[in-house]
Amino acid sequence: MRPLDASANANANVNGDMGGVAETLRGGQAWSRRLARGQILRLIDPSGTACVSALFYNARDPWERYNMADTLKAQYTAFLTAGRVLYSDMGRVLVSIIDDTCGWHDTMSGCGDLASSQARFGPGRYQELRNEFHRNARDNFLIELSKRGLGKRDIVANVNFFVRVSVGDDGQVRWMPGNSRPGAHIDLRCEMDTLVVLSNTPHPLDPGRVYGPPAVEISVRAATAPAGERDPCRVSRPENGRGFALTEAYLGELETEGTRPGAGPSSMAPPAVGS
Amino acid sequence: MTIPSVLTPFVLKESLRVPGGAVYDEILPAGRGWSREIARGQTFRIVDLEGNQAVDTLFYNARDPDERYSAVDTIRAQGNIYLTTGTRLMSCDGRPMLRIVADTCGRHDTLGGACSAESNQVRYALEKKHMHSCRDSFLLELARLGRGMGKRDLPSNINFFMNVPVTPDGGLSFADGVSASGRYVELGAEMDVLALISNCPQLNNPCNAYNPTPVRLLIWDAP
Repeated sequence: MRPLDASANANANVNGDMGGVAETLRGGQAWSRRLARGQILRLIDPSGTACVSALFYNARDPWERYNMADTLKAQYTAFLTAGRVLYSDMGRVLVSIIDDTCGWHDTMSGCGDLASSQARFGPGRYQELRNEFHRNARDNFLIELSKRGLGKRDIVANVNFFVRVSVGDDGQVRWMPGNSRPGAHIDLRCEMDTLVVLSNTPHPLDPGRVYGPPAVEISVRAATAPAGERDPCRVSRPENGRGFALTEAYLGELETEGTRPGAGPSSMAPPAVGS
Repeated sequence: MTIPSVLTPFVLKESLRVPGGAVYDEILPAGRGWSREIARGQTFRIVDLEGNQAVDTLFYNARDPDERYSAVDTIRAQGNIYLTTGTRLMSCDGRPMLRIVADTCGRHDTLGGACSAESNQVRYALEKKHMHSCRDSFLLELARLGRGMGKRDLPSNINFFMNVPVTPDGGLSFADGVSASGRYVELGAEMDVLALISNCPQLNNPCNAYNPTPVRLLIWDAP
């Protein structure tokens, strides 16, 4: 996978003009994109009932990926919101949550699959429904990952944006209705070049019996500045200060590599990401 | 903050199996990795010999390791984040892999993940990088297996005997252990599985009571 160096990227014009990247994600739709460090991905929930399941990878070396456990334990939390960051399994920050008007995003209840979809909504086959057929998050992830040379082994515990799953004192999990609201958004700032994979599909614990995931709006823009010394995500916990320091050290390592004659991504062996 | 471990009565279930009948019975020292196939119908017991020892564990379908333990599918299948007697450990393909058939500890974690050199740096100090970690043990054990498995094969794991309470308002903590010397968990394999264990070497938090200790691993054939 090529790094997202804007100067070497075929999408340089698109990446240089963030006003142009705005999309609607239909109900059931999957989406993936490599975002450059400094870009901000905004997810908007127009209906107030969305569930956007998401996975995150280091775009250059995708065997480095989002890690639920490292994210939760570094920040002593069971959910995601503004001021928190999404950690990779290498102690580095993939993305920071710099704004959030929803307030609670889940990362411990996984995603829907074909069996759970059929159990709740019926067969939902293409044969009868054409492109209104019932897509599910796991199949969407497999499709998007496969297009990028990744696959089943690369699916880890995901994030479910706009979803709240609460844990009782006895450990019981409960999907909470009314967590989001119409027009709520979350802004994710990439702290390294990041492959983002999204699926706009029903959450498996949502008790609704009618398949109809609502549309979600997506936009990408450039950050005004990288995370400074007093960035709210960096200072929200001492752990995050160290996470940002490790991320910046890694980016420095990549820059050094890029300045050596003959070095850089084109001369590197292709990543062993095929199955 | 509420303390679920006090509010929730643990259901403890003992096993009738005796070590003399086991076909495998070994001691795994702290800081070591371990892997072994466990056949469908066999029963696998992990004994916390000295108390409050975290045993980081993963399971794979022995015939197709792309199918592996899934923490989130397990949580969703039982509607509860804690693992104990009756819990079915689910695969990423939504199939039961093993079932907890006895448990004298009463609660096991599957949200806390495995420690690594890098997460130790984030959580404790940049200078902690030299310390031994579960993820290193996992990686070395997978490399030694020679099955082509590696870092991509490390999803979220189980931490047997570890207590990671979550509160209704979304707090998460690493609490003192709820295990004790001699407590055990026993699992019945519902498919042929490859078990992967790191007997946790963590010295920075109470998951091992700051004193990593050996565990005993036993396997019985189907009766």
